[in-house]
Amino acid sequence: MSEQAARLAVRKTYKLFVGGAFPRSESGRSYAVTSSKGDFLANAARASRKDARDAVSAARKAFSGWSGATAYNRGQILYRIAEMLEGRRAQFVAEVVDADGVSAKKAGELVDAAVDRLVWYAGWSDKIGAVLGSANPVAGPYFNLSSPEPTGVVAVVAPPMGPLLGLVSVIAPVIVTGNTCVVAASERAPLPAITLAEVLATSDLPGGVVNILTGSSAEIAPWLAGHMDVNGIDLTGADPDLAVTCEELAAENLKRVLRPPAGRVDWLADPGIERMTAFLETKTVWHPIGV
Amino acid sequence: MFEYAPAPESRDIVDIRPSYGLFINGEWVEPQGEERHKTVNPATEEVLAEVAWAGEADVDRAVGAAAKAFPLWSGMPGAERAKYLFRIARIIQERSRELAVLETLDNGKPIRESRDVDLPLVAAHFFYYAGWADKLSYAGFGPDPRPLGVAGQVIPWNFPLLMLAWKIAPALACGNTVVLKPAETTPLTALAFAEICRQADLPPGVVNIVTGAGETGAALVAHPGVDKVAFTGSTEVGRHIARSLAGTRKKLTLELGGKAANIVFEDAPIDQAVEGVVNGIFFNQGHVCCAGSRLLVQESVAADLLEALKRRLGTLRLGDPLDKNTDIGAINSAEQLAKIRELSEAGEAEGAERWSPACPIPDRGYWFPPTLFTGVAQSHRIAREEIFGPVLSVLTFRTPAEAVEKANNTPYGLSAGVWTEKGSLMLWMASRLRAGVVWSNTFNRFDPASPFGGFKESGYGREGGRHGLEAYLAV
Amino acid sequence: MTTPLAEVASSNSTLRAFLHGLPGVDRVGADARAAMLGTRSIKTTAKKQAVDMAIGMVDLTTLEGADTPGKVRAMCAKAVRPDPADASVPPVAAVCVYPDLVATAVTALAGSGVKVASVATSFPSGRSSLEVKVTETSLAVAAGASEIDMVIDRGAFLAGDYLKVYEEIVATKEACAGRHLKVILETGELATYDNVRRASWLAMIAGADFVKTSTGKVSPAATLPVTLVMLEAVRDFHAATGRQVGVKPAGGIRTTKDAIKYLVLVNETAGPDWLHPDWFRLGASSLLNDLLMQRQKMATGRYAGPDYFTLD
Repeated sequence: MSEQAARLAVRKTYKLFVGGAFPRSESGRSYAVTSSKGDFLANAARASRKDARDAVSAARKAFSGWSGATAYNRGQILYRIAEMLEGRRAQFVAEVVDADGVSAKKAGELVDAAVDRLVWYAGWSDKIGAVLGSANPVAGPYFNLSSPEPTGVVAVVAPPMGPLLGLVSVIAPVIVTGNTCVVAASERAPLPAITLAEVLATSDLPGGVVNILTGSSAEIAPWLAGHMDVNGIDLTGADPDLAVTCEELAAENLKRVLRPPAGRVDWLADPGIERMTAFLETKTVWHPIGV
Repeated sequence: MFEYAPAPESRDIVDIRPSYGLFINGEWVEPQGEERHKTVNPATEEVLAEVAWAGEADVDRAVGAAAKAFPLWSGMPGAERAKYLFRIARIIQERSRELAVLETLDNGKPIRESRDVDLPLVAAHFFYYAGWADKLSYAGFGPDPRPLGVAGQVIPWNFPLLMLAWKIAPALACGNTVVLKPAETTPLTALAFAEICRQADLPPGVVNIVTGAGETGAALVAHPGVDKVAFTGSTEVGRHIARSLAGTRKKLTLELGGKAANIVFEDAPIDQAVEGVVNGIFFNQGHVCCAGSRLLVQESVAADLLEALKRRLGTLRLGDPLDKNTDIGAINSAEQLAKIRELSEAGEAEGAERWSPACPIPDRGYWFPPTLFTGVAQSHRIAREEIFGPVLSVLTFRTPAEAVEKANNTPYGLSAGVWTEKGSLMLWMASRLRAGVVWSNTFNRFDPASPFGGFKESGYGREGGRHGLEAYLAV
Repeated sequence: MTTPLAEVASSNSTLRAFLHGLPGVDRVGADARAAMLGTRSIKTTAKKQAVDMAIGMVDLTTLEGADTPGKVRAMCAKAVRPDPADASVPPVAAVCVYPDLVATAVTALAGSGVKVASVATSFPSGRSSLEVKVTETSLAVAAGASEIDMVIDRGAFLAGDYLKVYEEIVATKEACAGRHLKVILETGELATYDNVRRASWLAMIAGADFVKTSTGKVSPAATLPVTLVMLEAVRDFHAATGRQVGVKPAGGIRTTKDAIKYLVLVNETAGPDWLHPDWFRLGASSLLNDLLMQRQKMATGRYAGPDYFTLD
């Protein structure tokens, strides 16, 4: 290596992502994040129930604007996120290598897949309505139209594995249809999530549409599951015990629940549209036809 | 004066047995326990029949029969399943007068409604889903969507046979077999439907009917052999079911309560709006989860509309549900009547002004006059809680934004009504109302082709239309 | 109605503003309401009452090019004594004839209490000058008509020239010299229920004593929902002004069942105050015999046959 003294690197402080800003946890807590080999990587904020509460408020505040935006606009913004992610490819590859201990080549494939996944979902924004909506031929003089509408604020327990691809694969389908979300990031590998937040923050995505909390999923998720202003919860990343706890809590206001998958998820496979339909409501409008 | 003479529909057309067993595996069987329950005509308190009370062992037997029938039914070509359902639809049409009278006797709803609304919709629902049975691969759920298995279905007392149709028709079309529990106060048309299954030569075990109360429903929902739970009823019970299914792989759909706003703008077609408000809350005595129980009227027309509404309420005819001219029938049970009374008293106590037209009430049976409350605030219980009775709360608003805010200010989200002649305003409102069904310049319309179901605490999943298939397919 | 109605007609634009400010009518809702009322089941004593009520509300009508004094005299005999075999059958409200046959009808009905109504104003099209219409009205009045059934100028109405329609009604009303004026809207040509409501109000503001659906020469003639809309209009006009205006559906009402549906509509829309020949009429011809047959069936318990009723 060089004879010169090595320059001391400037380390990044990883914080939460709430309402488009990067606050520390109100609790002041943080925890050490290590690589798959056990090396110290960084201290990440350990979100509290109050951070969860603030994140839900931010998501609720963003909901009317985001759900009211045109589908074309939402698609453009998701595509913009893909562009920004592509631009930071090297950084994400490095973080995925650190987090998962995979080869740089494999990490590169995973980051590419995450970019492609965003592009795929971006295109759904103005098509899902046509696929799921219908003009219903009722037996009477009525115009009758069903169309999908976003459920509202959705809590997402991100998968512990797949710190970028898995994360993108659970966030994109929720927000592309107009929901806003609060994400409990992978506890084990939260750093790509916060770097993704930096991408989101610079992608024209309105603040509050995606809120990312790092820390203990087991601690945060129940608060989100029980929150009466959360309309749905994706338990993909919850372990079986946590999933049962959360599903029970979610019943209190009849949240839409996406249960954890039965087996291990192949994030590289075709995701289908189920992650979108899980957080869509069908609204049917009737109007008489007559002069 | 022009007084309409009594015009009762003959009840001789129905043949009610003194006692009913359970319908399991295509047979009438006696329950294992001794418990039986009397079902009464709520208009007269006359006992109509004794009905078995299914316990856990009986539920287990019914689920077993359904599981045994599943391979045959799901393996049958869709076109054959379709023909069974078409056959059932036709038998319902043929026997619709009888079923309408039976429904009115057991439920208390006016014969005009059971005859002109419930029964035609029941037959239409079977006819509609029959046609899906051999077209599922075109429904948008993949090339070969599979049924789930045994569906455990629990239905309410407000539209006994119609709710049965909403549950059984799509379940069977998709290849599932079912165990259905009708409501404890209205089991008779479900039991008549069991006979129809036999008339249709439906294979044994495809449809099983177990009568009973909440415990029977709980046993059905909890049974490990059940792959799918469908429930229509109160939000409280729905919450309980959702909690109890946590950690299972059972698919769940819920159609629960509501507190719908019926919003009348100053440019509304006023006479039709009055009809829509009346139909919205007094249809089926207000025992309707999507009832327009909150009237939100623009202040500029509030006085005129209220006057017209009161005048119209004066023409409602309450009484013998079997009389073809009756508009308002009996409250389904003493328990429900007590709940309506309690909430109405709370409305008065909280300062809202109560009004009912002069309306003679029969001496026997369970009755509640059409009632409206004015001066209601969003904070009053009668503006927030589902009354499930003929009680309308009237509130006012000034601007469209305020109307949306008030309409959405509820944990429920089943339905809403909008009355305006201005198309752009209608669409603006429809897009902002957080409700699964928005009726514009109409209310309480139903059709098998039209998806129905709620946002928020009104439940999840849709019944009706292509969307209604999803609840019964492994997707 | 805060606007004084006199000012409403001060110009075409004020009339227009007023008429277009009336609440709209949703066709599907109005149809559904009329259909629901059509399911009322009127049996036994109520049916007896309804049949006699309906007979007393009939405007027994002949409006054919082939009408003759003989035909009119025969019809008048039937009007006074609808069932020669049963004196308990009440007479009808009026006969309705063309102006040139008014004198014949007046003579035939003298002392009977049955009124003579005459169509006028270039019935059925109304396509003539105001002078001709007014003169025709005056002549019919002079011949002894106690009621005039005029037609509005549908062309002017559809062209938005409400003032012209208004002025013609006012002029005809004046020519009636105190006789009852029924204003035929010819709803089959007005096309929309909104127009029916507006035309009803326009006629009432101009002084109509009755609003009438149709000439019988245009299809559709009277329908339940159109009559519903007109009954709502007279009800609301009464509430606004205190003046009661009658309603007359005409054309296409042939059976007792139809007639009873109209009575139910009146009873549950405008209210029982309108259930009187002064405020509700049924313009018809063949209806009367069906009412008589039903009446006989109720009296004897046997179904009646048409040969037992006169074809006048």
